[in-house]
This record gives sequence, C-alpha cells and structure tokens, in this order.
Amino acid sequence: MKGKKSEAFWAGRVIEGILLLDALLAIVVIFLIGLLILIEAWPAFRKIGFVPFLLGKEWRPGKELYGLLPMIVGSILVTLGAVTLGVPIGVALATFLAEVAPPWVQKVVRPAIELLAGIPSVVYGLFGLAVLVPLVRQIPVPGNSGFGLLSASVVLAVMILPTVANISEDAIRSVAREYREGSLALGATHWQTIIGVVLPAARSGIVAAVILGIGRALGETMAMIMVIGNSVIIPKPLNSNPLTIFLSQARTLTGNIAVEISYATGLHENALFATGVVLFILIMLVNSMAHLAMRRRS
Amino acid sequence: MNDPLFVGQGFPSTRGQYRWERLKQRLAFTLLWASGAIAILALLAVVITVVLRGIGIIDLEFLFTSPRGGISGEGGIFSTIVTTLYLVILTLGIATPLGVGAAIYFVEYASDSHGKKVSAYMVQVARFGVETLAGVPSIIFGLFGYILFVSTLHFGFSLLSAGLAGACLILPVSIRTAEEALKTVPRSYREASLALGATKWQTIWKVVLPAAGPGIATGIILNVGRVISETAVFYVTLGGSYKLPSSLLSGGRTMALHLYYLAMETKAFDKAMGTGVVLIITIVVINLIVRYLSAKLAARG
Amino acid sequence: MQRPWTKLLGVILIALLITGCGGKTSNESSQVQKQISVAGSTTVQPLAEKLAEAFMEKHPDVEITVQGGGSSVGIKSAAGGIADIGAASRELKESEKQKYPDLQVFVIAYDGIAIIVHPGVEVDGLTRKQLQGIFAGKITSWKEVGGADKTIIVVAREEGSGTRAAFEELVMGGKQITGQAILQPSNGAVKKTVASTPYSIGFLSFGYLDEEVKALAVDGVAPTKENAAQKRYPLVRPLNLLTKGTPSGLVKEWLDFILGPEGQKIVQSEGYIPVK
Repeated sequence: MKGKKSEAFWAGRVIEGILLLDALLAIVVIFLIGLLILIEAWPAFRKIGFVPFLLGKEWRPGKELYGLLPMIVGSILVTLGAVTLGVPIGVALATFLAEVAPPWVQKVVRPAIELLAGIPSVVYGLFGLAVLVPLVRQIPVPGNSGFGLLSASVVLAVMILPTVANISEDAIRSVAREYREGSLALGATHWQTIIGVVLPAARSGIVAAVILGIGRALGETMAMIMVIGNSVIIPKPLNSNPLTIFLSQARTLTGNIAVEISYATGLHENALFATGVVLFILIMLVNSMAHLAMRRRS
Repeated sequence: MNDPLFVGQGFPSTRGQYRWERLKQRLAFTLLWASGAIAILALLAVVITVVLRGIGIIDLEFLFTSPRGGISGEGGIFSTIVTTLYLVILTLGIATPLGVGAAIYFVEYASDSHGKKVSAYMVQVARFGVETLAGVPSIIFGLFGYILFVSTLHFGFSLLSAGLAGACLILPVSIRTAEEALKTVPRSYREASLALGATKWQTIWKVVLPAAGPGIATGIILNVGRVISETAVFYVTLGGSYKLPSSLLSGGRTMALHLYYLAMETKAFDKAMGTGVVLIITIVVINLIVRYLSAKLAARG
Repeated sequence: MQRPWTKLLGVILIALLITGCGGKTSNESSQVQKQISVAGSTTVQPLAEKLAEAFMEKHPDVEITVQGGGSSVGIKSAAGGIADIGAASRELKESEKQKYPDLQVFVIAYDGIAIIVHPGVEVDGLTRKQLQGIFAGKITSWKEVGGADKTIIVVAREEGSGTRAAFEELVMGGKQITGQAILQPSNGAVKKTVASTPYSIGFLSFGYLDEEVKALAVDGVAPTKENAAQKRYPLVRPLNLLTKGTPSGLVKEWLDFILGPEGQKIVQSEGYIPVK
C-alpha cells in the first residue's frame, strides 16, 4: 500500500516537472519573440539614430535612407479613417443590440457580426480590390487611382466593426439596472435614458472598445497591401480640397514590413525590424490605454 | 457630476415636450436599427460579392486539382487545401500541448498553496507576456519567424518555419483560453476528488480536464480558424510555391495565401473569389462548432 | 488502480512535448540530395518553374521547388545557404560581390523589360527621355506625351526588385522613381494593377506580357522578342541563377540542362531570349 502510494506520488512529481518545463518553454518563446526583434532592430537605431529614423521623410533602401515618417503618417491616417467610419456604426450597433433589438433580430445580427469577425483579412482585401478600388476610382479627382487611404479605411472600418460592437455591447449590458430604472421612473423616455444615463455610464468600456479597434486597425497587414497602393509618400491632398488626402496612396507600417522583408539585407533588414519595434510600441501604448480605460470602469 | 443620473438633464415636464421627446426617440431608434442593418449589409456585401462571383468556379475539379501557376492562375486549389491542413495540424500540434500544459501548470500548480513564491512570480511574468503578445499584430510574428526559423536556423521558406511561427502566433491565445477554461471549473470539484484520495494529477486528468474540455476545445477550434485565416505570417515564412509540399522543409501556399496571389498577380479574379468562398464556408462551419460547444457549456453551467 | 493511467499520460505528454519542440530533428534525413530549392526573382520564377518541370520529367526522383521573394532574396538565399540556387533578374551590386565573394553567376537567359499601359491609353510609344520624365514625376499628364489630358498614374516595383533595379539602370539614369508611384511586390501585381487602372503606366518582364495590357514601343522599337534578341530594343537585362561556390551534383546537372539545347529551347518558347 505504502509502496504504491509513493509511486503515484513520484509520477505526480514527474508530471509536475514536465508541466513546469512546458510552462517555462512557453514563457521563453514568448519573451524570445520580443527579444529577437529588438536585437535585430538595434543596429538600425544605432546607425540611423532614433530621431532621424522616426522623423525622416525619405525611405529609399537603395540609397540607405531610412525615414519612417511616411509609414507612421500612413498608418495613423488610415486608422483615423477607419475609426471615423467604423466607430459610430459600431457603438450604435452595440446600443441597438443591447437596448433596442428584439430577440429575433439579435439572433440574426449576432452571428452576422461573428462571421464578420471571422472572415480572413485577405477576403476583405479581395473585396476591396474587386469592388471598392474601382468604386473609389469613379471619384473625379486627377491622380485618383482608387488605391489609397479611402479604400483602405473602408475595408478596415468593416474589419474593426465586430471588435468595437462586441466590447461596447458588453459595457452597455453591464450598466447597473438601477440606473436605468431610476431614469425611467423619473419619467425619461427610453432614448433619454440611453443617451443620458446608460451610455455615459458605459463610457469607459466603450472607450476601451474603440482603442482595441484602433489596435486591430494598426495591425492589419495583407488587406492593406492589397488596396492602399504601398507608395512611400507622406499623403497629401490631391487638390485644394483637404479631404482628397484620403484619395492619396500611402503605406502602412505593417505593409512596409511585409512588402520588403523578403528582399531586405543588412541595414535594410534591421530597419524593417525597427519598423516592427515601432509598431510593437504603438500597439503596446494603445493596448495599455485600453487596459487603463477598462480598469477605470471597475 | 459623476453620478450618471445627473448627466441627462431636461426630463419632460409638459405634454408638448414629451411628444417632442417621443419623436426624438423614434428618430434615434430608427438610426439604431439602421446601424443593425448596416452591419448586416456590410456582411452581405462582402459575402454576396465573393459568393456570387466565386461559387460558379467551384466544382470537384476546382477542389481536387492543384494550381498550375502561370500568369492566368490555371488549375484548382487542391494543394493549397492540403497545405492549409498540414499547417493547421502542425501549428496546433505544437501550440496546443505547450499552451494547455502551461495553463495547467499556471492554474493548478503555480497558484497552489504549496507553490513557491518563484512560481507565483513566474505566473505574473507569463501573464504579462501573454497579454502583451495577444494584442501584437501577426506580421510581428512573421518577422520573428523569418529571422529565427527561415534565416538563422536555415529551415528556409518551409512548412516547418511557417508551422513554428504560426504556433508562436497562437500560443498566447492558447494559454489564455485554456487558463480561462480551467478556472471555470469549480474549486469544489477538485476538493471532492482530493478528499476521495485521488492524487493531484488524477484529479486534474479525471476531473478538471473533462470539466474544462468544452472550453479548451472552443479555444482549439478558434485557433484552427485563426490559422486558416492567417496570411501575413505565412506570407513571410512559407515561400508561396503552389506545389504540394513533400516534406517539412518544402514551401507551400495556404488557401488564404493562394487567394492573395491570385488576386494580386493573376487575372483569375473568379478563382480568387472561389477560394474565398471555400474559406468563408470553412469559417462558418468553425463558428457553428464553437456555437455548439458554448451552448453545451452554457447548458452544463 | 489509477497508476496505469498516470503512466500512460506521462508518456503521452512527453511525446506531445517532443513533437512540439523537437520538430527540428526530423529534417536532417530529408536533406539527402534529391531536392533542389530555388528562391528569388519573381521574373525568373515562371521560367525556372518550367525548366524544373522539364527536368523532373526526365528525372522523376528529383524534386525542384521554386519560390519567389525577389532578386535580393535570391542573392541572399544562395549566399546564406537558405536555397541551393538563388535567382536574380539583375546583376550583382559591387557591395554584394564584396560581401559574398563565393557566389557563382550563371546567365540562363536574357529578358526584355516591357513598358506597359492601361489598354485605354492612346499613346503607342515613348522615348527613354519621356519615360524618365514620367517615372521621375516630372511629366504628370498624358497630354505632355501626346495623349489625353489625364493624370498619369505610375505603377512601379518596390526597391529590391531586380526588374526595378534594371529599369533604373537602363532608363532612369540616376534619377529616382517618384514617390507617388503605386508600388507592387511582383511582376504579376504590376500587370494586374496597370490592367485595371485607367491611365496607368508600369514596367515588367517580357514573360508576363499578355493581351490585358498594352506594351509600348521604346525609342521607336516595338517590344518584341526578335527586337530584343537583336539588341535593338533598348531595355534588355540578363536573368541569373546563383550558386554558392562551384555547383556540383544535382545542382550542376540541372544547370547543365538549362544551359544545354533542351533548356535553351524552353527559354525560347517561354518568351525569353536564349544565351548563345
């Protein structure tokens, strides 16, 4: 009896040991990813310098010029466009699902959102290439090729819609019932309650939803390569109307990496890893902002 | 002013005002309904475009012949389906044991009372890493896979490189979902099992894991979807040869990657759409399985 | 009573872990030379694929895989041993020759660079000077070169492309391609973009030409294979395969096949110019 027990005990220890190794391996892998990218990026930061790298306007690997500003501006502009289009719809959708939609409508809309979230990004890119780019090309502005920020923003807006809607909906649903009942009891209409009580109470959750949407938009790669034109320029309006800036081509940080990595050697390769580091830091900032917003909520 | 009740001012006092408020509400709700409609329309626009233009191309020949390359995108998608399957098996085969094992350690051992301070610290470090990496764009994992597997370890553009990079991509999510699934198992289950004289591992294997099963399975299925959808990582690690891979060291194309190449480089838009239809159907099936599993979970809880 | 389970599980877990981390061990054995890997230029890729297929038909036990990536990747892959053979559609830069002194270059064919426009563009030919102006962003309207009063949309390859490097050398004369250019990562993507974008212009390998786009005469010479072979068409560059050190074994056999009569016949029939 005693012998048996100790054998089981040792088997348990062995398994624990294996699991511990497993856990350590997972941790090592996770941190190795960040570390390796930093190591590969380091020569670029050292040789080019942080400021010239971040603020340089010229990215010409052939001439050893590595300025990331065009891609930073491109990423920010396309994200801005996506947020402008996607967030109002996403939040409205969340409010609709949480407050207004009858159950049968929810049963239709919710799987639709799930599917939207699951469709591979290349399929969105394909849709952009086949439908949006020719559509945008119809806008009669000289130099408008259809490829550019507008097409990319619309694609991204659809892609971040599920993120924004799902997290906002959770936030709206978690608003305490007493708030609603109090407001309704005071004679407010349902809409007044939503706009005056529920949404303000869910504000930090909605902010978190938007920030996570921004994170998703910043990180998208393939769909961007397909529709944004990949030109290494700081986007400028095509004519006197400042909105035509969105008809300009651009390149995102992610696209910069994907398009050039397989070509790159030496300092060029380091500069692409440095692009990755910049992207990494941007996303970290965005995500920690989202965490802060979430924490304020609870 | 932090109390939300005071934010909405001007509750109706007269009948006219009340009518005005009703009107405003009707208008607002119309807009909310419109947002619901937009979500459906966006989905329909994408799905219908792709399906309408792609469904015609799908037949047995399309599914069961391999691409022949060339600038007109001849051939079907057979080898890309197989490559996708290989990669799913490879990435999940690597990431799932690693992720679930790590999660078991974190939840069942490290946070245990007999767990030492070191392991509690380790869990924190791991959680930080997992949280950070879960939000990182996939192209970063591509960079990592490229420099480590393709370049430094000389695996080249290959299934092996892509599989390892893909495993790293889904590892954080694997750990997190498995952890969450394990945490939903009530403490009383474990206590009852231990009280009956079972060892810790017996408890984990016979009680905790079966109870956490649907949750873990959901995580695995979601990861299958993620690998099928992923393009950026494989774009920089898998090479893109349309041939059927013959070993771990040969390159290949997943369906998503094939779609990208067809859309970008050939005139075969319809075949790109057809590949898109196959992808969408796969994702729908995956969503249905997840739904089924979570319904099962909900029914039990 | 539960012991067999515990043991079995331990074994399974260990096995899973080994498959997890030990994938590397299985690859050494497959390295036995019945495989050739080629990586690099997307211009060379379709030709290399045909040459590989023809060779594999004669030697069914051999497997040749051809992957893209671009000329720079071809050079890097060959030098770094990532691929057995690298493909490049441009000549090695001085810096690369210095960095990788043991790279051997084999010219397997010559290829013309075609200037293509959207089929709706009325212009039929351009001079190299005009091309330089258009691609440098100095000439921005088709009107300036005899076409409609429409803005020219420039499509180019990104840096690192051999076709771009050759184009810059043959046409641009040290001037930079305009930043406004849409940049696409392959010959196919350039063709597709030009074919679908009105008033656009781009350049690509002869091997990718088809009826979807209109190829322009350059300096009055039509972009035909004959003109290129006779060196009358001005934009011609070599297609190279690279090996690290002197090739041997299977790699040498394949290279001999390519440079022999059979291979060169394929080069000819695929629309490239054979090396004589």
